[in-house]
Amino acid sequence: MRVMAQVAMVMNLDKCIGCHTCSVTCKQTWTNRAGTEYVWFNNVETRPGQGYPRGHEDQDRWRGGWALRHGRLVPRAGGRARRLARIFANPDLPSLGDYYEPWTYDYENLTTAPLGEDVPTAAPRSLIDGRPAPVTWGPNWDDDLGGGPEHLAGDPVLARMNEQVRLEYEQAFMFYLPRICEHCLNPTCVAVCPSGALYKRVEDGIVLVDQDRCRGWRMCVSGCPYKKVYFNHRTGKAEKCTLCYPRIEAGQPTVCSETCVGRLRYLGVMLYDADLVGKAAAVQDERRLYEAQLGCFLDPDDPAVARAAEEAGVPHDWVTAARRSPVRDLIVRYRVALPLHPEYRTMPMVWYVPPLSPVVEALTATGHDGEDPAKLFAAIDSLRIPVGYLAGLFTAGDPAPVESALCRLAAMRSHLRRINLGEERDPRIAASVGLDEAGIEAMYRLLALAKYEERYVIPTGYTAEHAGHADGAAAGCSLEGPEGPGMLEAGGFHTPPPREAEPSGAALRGRINLLNWNGKGRPAGLFPRRPRDAEGSR
Amino acid sequence: MSHHLHVALWGVLPYLSAVLLVAGSAWRYRYDRFGFTTRSSQLYEHRMLRVGGPLFHYGLLFVAAGHVAGLLVPESLTERLHVGEDLYHANALLVGGAAGLATAAGLAVLLYRRLRVPAVRAATSRSDRLLYPVLLTVLLAGLAATATTTAHDPYDYRLGVSVWFRSLFTLDPDVAAMQHAPLVYQAHALLGMALFALWPFSRLVHAFAAPVGYLFRPYVVYRSRGGRRAGAGRRGAVTGEGALRR
Repeated sequence: MRVMAQVAMVMNLDKCIGCHTCSVTCKQTWTNRAGTEYVWFNNVETRPGQGYPRGHEDQDRWRGGWALRHGRLVPRAGGRARRLARIFANPDLPSLGDYYEPWTYDYENLTTAPLGEDVPTAAPRSLIDGRPAPVTWGPNWDDDLGGGPEHLAGDPVLARMNEQVRLEYEQAFMFYLPRICEHCLNPTCVAVCPSGALYKRVEDGIVLVDQDRCRGWRMCVSGCPYKKVYFNHRTGKAEKCTLCYPRIEAGQPTVCSETCVGRLRYLGVMLYDADLVGKAAAVQDERRLYEAQLGCFLDPDDPAVARAAEEAGVPHDWVTAARRSPVRDLIVRYRVALPLHPEYRTMPMVWYVPPLSPVVEALTATGHDGEDPAKLFAAIDSLRIPVGYLAGLFTAGDPAPVESALCRLAAMRSHLRRINLGEERDPRIAASVGLDEAGIEAMYRLLALAKYEERYVIPTGYTAEHAGHADGAAAGCSLEGPEGPGMLEAGGFHTPPPREAEPSGAALRGRINLLNWNGKGRPAGLFPRRPRDAEGSR
Repeated sequence: MSHHLHVALWGVLPYLSAVLLVAGSAWRYRYDRFGFTTRSSQLYEHRMLRVGGPLFHYGLLFVAAGHVAGLLVPESLTERLHVGEDLYHANALLVGGAAGLATAAGLAVLLYRRLRVPAVRAATSRSDRLLYPVLLTVLLAGLAATATTTAHDPYDYRLGVSVWFRSLFTLDPDVAAMQHAPLVYQAHALLGMALFALWPFSRLVHAFAAPVGYLFRPYVVYRSRGGRRAGAGRRGAVTGEGALRR
């Protein structure tokens, strides 16, 4: 067992209203620079829809992710030799047109145009070459199903479903899918980087690009099946979502999470067994990849796991954070969160609670009580259309896990409705989805109330020195290197809080907690120090 | 031309350009590692690049191999291997000529693209504007030299230019060997030196980034926050006090 920790995210799609606040705040933070005009580390797609870049889920075309060749896991675009042979022109790289041509407006014309009959206009201009650019596509051009069937035909997930289903389905529903980098356990972008510039961080599993090692070969851009690595055309370097690691290290949620008005994002630690990942990703049957990934996760409540974690160097408070992890609750305990496109075999770590609302709405529209559990369960089963589509997104086409997640969400609605209306509780509702009443209410609290402290359980990156293991290399923010952006001076955002500021531990400093004492021997700190000694040691 | 000029051109200049190449690269690596990149323009335009890029680069690899064979392998060695003069030159003309033509064709596509595609043109830097003419002329001079090495031409560069080139490494440059070379060889050598001098200060540095190590590393790279590689000295397990303070 090789225990590793991963900061993972879950998004509750039921609550996403498609406001794009996450996208905009992310862009303002990370990609509002020349060279990244077209780059959205976070984007929100309307599903069904083509997504950004267009049709990125069609791996027959883009050849991202992994494939099995004779039982072995190889990047779909080819192994090492094949990658190097194609280094002079990457045949699978999306062009700017597949994203969109970024543009601005010729605002100056509004004030400098000569006096005339017509009102002057601010014509669109390309941000790439400065020439007049007709605006024909954007990062969310088909938002809210804009463009209709013409654009919908470009949805690769929809294309795999049959025609009749598609037409009915278009009347049925749409939902929003916010996407960031998946920070996969088995990242293809890292695997195909010829320079070794992309790496997965040992401490928190965040996948980053070393800007000084990147040589601009662009293999990562095409290797990522989610198309979440971008090429900065000014600097000639790859850039990607960083999971806002300077914030995560300080114990704060990412910008997209912090600013999400729907409060639908959850951040927490997952412990997993790194030795199992390779085998799990190479499972023959695509539909079993979801189960296989679940099998990689470790239970931090298991004393053997906790011991192995500490032996592997996972700090103690990361283990305790993993025990309180909301992400783990949604993925493992309630099993309502599902991975995005497990069939890419990258073991993604941003998971999604599938949307139930459209099902309820569709049922209510037919004149039924949309929240009656029996009818709702039946409707989930009979509304094969959305379940099939969701399965195409989250479980490589296997409807069973999606149905089971939707049924749990439906049971939660029914159970809580009874409580709200003062009706008699029915324990059979919870039991029918394999939960008990306490569990279903805890799930409701996590999903519906979604308190800030419960949504984000993020241990800080400076645990080690805080616990007395001063480690210069790991101290402070990673951006504060000798030539780094620096961000803030000492005493700022990333400095570990002073010891005095810690209320709960203050009384115990240097003392042993008698509740944890095994009664043997006389450990240091069993008795309080005399005031004089304490003064001297300060 | 005076003898002094030839000493300067073939005895001093090669070392100057070598110093510029080595010191410049070291300086760039030390102070501008961020700038070590292909500065790819594939995002703007990919159809022409997918033809021109591989044509140019693969051609160039063959051309480089040909230079190694022609400049570093002495004529005495090929004679001992019973490769006759005619066979050698026929081979040099056919393979070298084909590689050179492929490189030139690739460069032509790339230059056309750079001039005619507005986005690519807008992304052209000042160093590019100096580099591309040098690259083009050195290539054309080389092609011309190859084309003139026919059976009718008595000049055997392996007894002239190559001898001079090898003598550079013994720090005893054979200026006379180059002094009597035809003009086209002299022009090619001079432009080549200019290219090496420009190397560290232009986009050519990306050649030093050739990712050979990729063939030998595991697929997924792990790194620690402190910049240490995975497995090396993780921070110690937090025990006792740390556990207490929670």
